[in-house]
Amino acid sequence: MAIVARDVRKLYGDDTAALRGVSLEVGDAELVGLLGPNGAGKSTLTKIACGLVRPTSGGVEVGGHPAGSREARSNLGYLAELFRFPGWMKADELLVLHQRLAGSDGGSGERVELLELVGLADATATPVEEMSKGMQQRLGIAQALVGGPRVLLLDEPTSALDPVGRGIVRTLLAELRSRGHSVLLNSHLLSEVERVCDRVAILDDGRLVTDGRPEDLAKPRGVEVDVDGGTRLYEGATREDVPRIVAELVAAGERVYGARILASTLEETYLEAVQGRTG
Amino acid sequence: MTVGVATIIGYALRESVRRRVFLVVLVLTLGFLALYGVGAYFAFRGVENFVPPDENVLDPTEFTGATLFGLAMFAILFLGSVVAIFLTLGVVRGDAEAGLLQPIVVRPIGRRTILIARLAAAAAVAAGYVVVVYLLALAITAAVGGWVPDHVVGPALGLALGVTTIAAISLLASVFMSATAQGIAVFMVFGTGLIAGLLSEIGRALDSDPLHTIARVATWLLPFDALYQAGLHALISDTSGLTGVVLQLGPFGGSEGAGPLLVLWAVAYVIIFVGGAALAFSRRDL
Repeated sequence: MAIVARDVRKLYGDDTAALRGVSLEVGDAELVGLLGPNGAGKSTLTKIACGLVRPTSGGVEVGGHPAGSREARSNLGYLAELFRFPGWMKADELLVLHQRLAGSDGGSGERVELLELVGLADATATPVEEMSKGMQQRLGIAQALVGGPRVLLLDEPTSALDPVGRGIVRTLLAELRSRGHSVLLNSHLLSEVERVCDRVAILDDGRLVTDGRPEDLAKPRGVEVDVDGGTRLYEGATREDVPRIVAELVAAGERVYGARILASTLEETYLEAVQGRTG
Repeated sequence: MTVGVATIIGYALRESVRRRVFLVVLVLTLGFLALYGVGAYFAFRGVENFVPPDENVLDPTEFTGATLFGLAMFAILFLGSVVAIFLTLGVVRGDAEAGLLQPIVVRPIGRRTILIARLAAAAAVAAGYVVVVYLLALAITAAVGGWVPDHVVGPALGLALGVTTIAAISLLASVFMSATAQGIAVFMVFGTGLIAGLLSEIGRALDSDPLHTIARVATWLLPFDALYQAGLHALISDTSGLTGVVLQLGPFGGSEGAGPLLVLWAVAYVIIFVGGAALAFSRRDL
């Protein structure tokens, strides 16, 4: 397992609980989306995994090592939700700094490849202070990838990106998964998570309320059939009911033009899981 | 670890260059040295026609040179402290609040290495700075007035160790305070150390044991002033006769010799403060 969180609890002060016993696993080469309203505990869980925050109880392992240990830190790349790089530093210089800190021997080849991966091949000599927020976010992703970490922890990596930037990150995440990296992705963008993640975990009020593959989380809502008189909805019907419904309609003299199986979207699943709460 | 320390030191120094810390310090230093040179020139010219009753008892050149250079040492300590504080400003909480620290902390080098490297960078620059400015002021004094202190190395090392202790205090403060609060607090601590030195002087003049005890305790708590006083003392430790007595009435009234115990304590002090900062940093959520 790339990440194993066991009954993680985190109290800020005496009575503010950020996490109330979260257990979660991220497998090798698995891309897991972490969803939840503001204040649900997503960032806290991510920070505990990369050793920035200490859990009150429970524990997290990264690559089989306790979170925060040198071995765990050697295995991961991290992009914080609220990050800043020194404005004077050029993109290439920032990656050189992180190569040294990560002990990477990738040299200039790695830097060029990473900047190309995030669509910043032309910004090698651009200082951070001259970059848009979106460019800085993509540079942050490149920084997280320095040294080829086994596990990536990305906290809202697409929050400042335009649709093209989000598309680049989506492609990048798929590429990383194919290369064997594991990714824990915090995001508010449900459509992004639905499109790229193998599995989705939903946190609410410090608890894990839902965990599963997006297609498994989607609940059947019925079957829609197009007939001469318009569209008929068969609530509660599933894929298995379609042949019977069509046969009955044809037997009744109806002309059937199409049938669609309806399922709830991830957004609907999410809203149901968090019961409409927002942070 | 060595690569990590070297990387963080390089990063810290480049950050300081980009923040124009060194430019400000350079301008201030050039201004100080220019003013010092002019002041020393006129001071030495002012006493060159002074004829004491007995040259063997009071040497006007010795008196003028030592007094001026003693004051210069205070200015050097102050400027060196400014450098030490600026180089450790916002190292932990300030950078964490800005989001600068987290991408570095999650790297394998670890929090303790980051702190040690930041102290090493600040101490090396601040200590190097005070030694260089000390030697420049010494050269100016020798060139303008023909005076050199009784001991050259000891006072320079006292200043260097003094600003290193200030860097250690500032580093510890950076774990708990935001950058602005840290800067204000450490400058206040610096002022407190100087006041402790003054109290010691007053205590001696009034022969007041309580004042002297308070000053002594404060001096051990904030050893940079004791190191400065020891440096002052070393400047004129071989000066005897009326010149030595008269010098003790001036800025050298605050001087007090110190043995190797003070140096050992100052080194231990730095280790304790950096150890405390490392412990607090290791327990801090970012």
